[in-house]
Amino acid sequence: MRSTPVLPPFQRLLDEHGAALHRFCVAQAGPDHGPDCFQEAVLAALRAYPDLRDATNLRSWLFTIAHHKVIDHHRRSQRVEPVADVADRAAAAGPTDGTVAGAPVLPEQAAADGHLWATVALLPDKQRGAIALRYLADLPYVDIAAALDCTEAAARQNVRAGLARLRSEVTR
Amino acid sequence: MTPTHDPLVDALRHTPSTDAAPDVAAALARVEAEGLVDVAYAQTDSPVGPLLVAVTDAGLVRVGFAREDDDALLEELAARISPRVVRSPRRTDEVRRELDEYFHGRRDHFDLPVDWRLSRGFRRRVLEHLYAEVPYGRTVSYLQLATIVGNPKASRAVGTAMATNPIPIVVPCHRVLRSGGHLGGYGGGLPAKRLLLALESGEQRLWTDPSA
Repeated sequence: MRSTPVLPPFQRLLDEHGAALHRFCVAQAGPDHGPDCFQEAVLAALRAYPDLRDATNLRSWLFTIAHHKVIDHHRRSQRVEPVADVADRAAAAGPTDGTVAGAPVLPEQAAADGHLWATVALLPDKQRGAIALRYLADLPYVDIAAALDCTEAAARQNVRAGLARLRSEVTR
Repeated sequence: MTPTHDPLVDALRHTPSTDAAPDVAAALARVEAEGLVDVAYAQTDSPVGPLLVAVTDAGLVRVGFAREDDDALLEELAARISPRVVRSPRRTDEVRRELDEYFHGRRDHFDLPVDWRLSRGFRRRVLEHLYAEVPYGRTVSYLQLATIVGNPKASRAVGTAMATNPIPIVVPCHRVLRSGGHLGGYGGGLPAKRLLLALESGEQRLWTDPSA
């Protein structure tokens, strides 16, 4: 008997999670670099897929890979971009149009400018990742902790801290 | 998802969806270029209903009829060949083109390479002989095919090989009938078997060729 788990066809992962994964990447890395992060994540996932030992939580596995690709992107861009004012960098990171029908209008400034996720992009890696994994990937804290390589309590703390910082950035 | 009254969290969640399709296509083009797709598949229309065709680097590995469950078929490919199973109209182009020509009556044999790995042992030998030695428009009985394979007592095993043929139409198990000319069985259903035999005997045109 094979000791490896029975993995579903990779296409099924793409069909079920591809759109959410794409949104996860674009929201964090912006419309210019998000698609690259997404493509890199798909490539890395397909490369590693046959050797995967645990098939019980493929969604979490995919988003963890994408999270690392987003971190890679942010590290690369931090090396080349000069440090600027938060508002300038948010603007430079490009809009994620927050003016969707039914979307809450608060926090006014960020939503009106469509820069909320561009502001999230400025948070430290763990806070940004925790917020995206929680609110875009909809992962439970136990999976967020695994993706961030920290405890569940630390994952919750990163979400809380990220939200607090975000609130102060977008409402000031 | 826990309901929230936090407008900030709601705003984060309501980030509009992006159009993933172009980037999915770009990612798939890259994984194909890097040789990371082990099984490529696509659906194609035919006079015997929609077909699912799957190819590997070695060639055509599976043809499935609509009456088979596509999900189960793809799961089987993932388990038996590789979980790197990806939809790819481009990689299955040649197969779909040759099938198209066959159904239009413009092709009496297939040139595409065949990957036999889903069949083993005696069954595989039977299918290889069938593919090589029973041409378009001809039929044989299970007994005759058993004799061709060199084991005339094995007509029951030949029947099993036909019933488990992973590449119907291209590997022509529809040309194998019961003794006395009875139709026998068919994985794609007996109406499909009748249709294919009628096409090959010239009794019926399935698809009209617009250029004819």
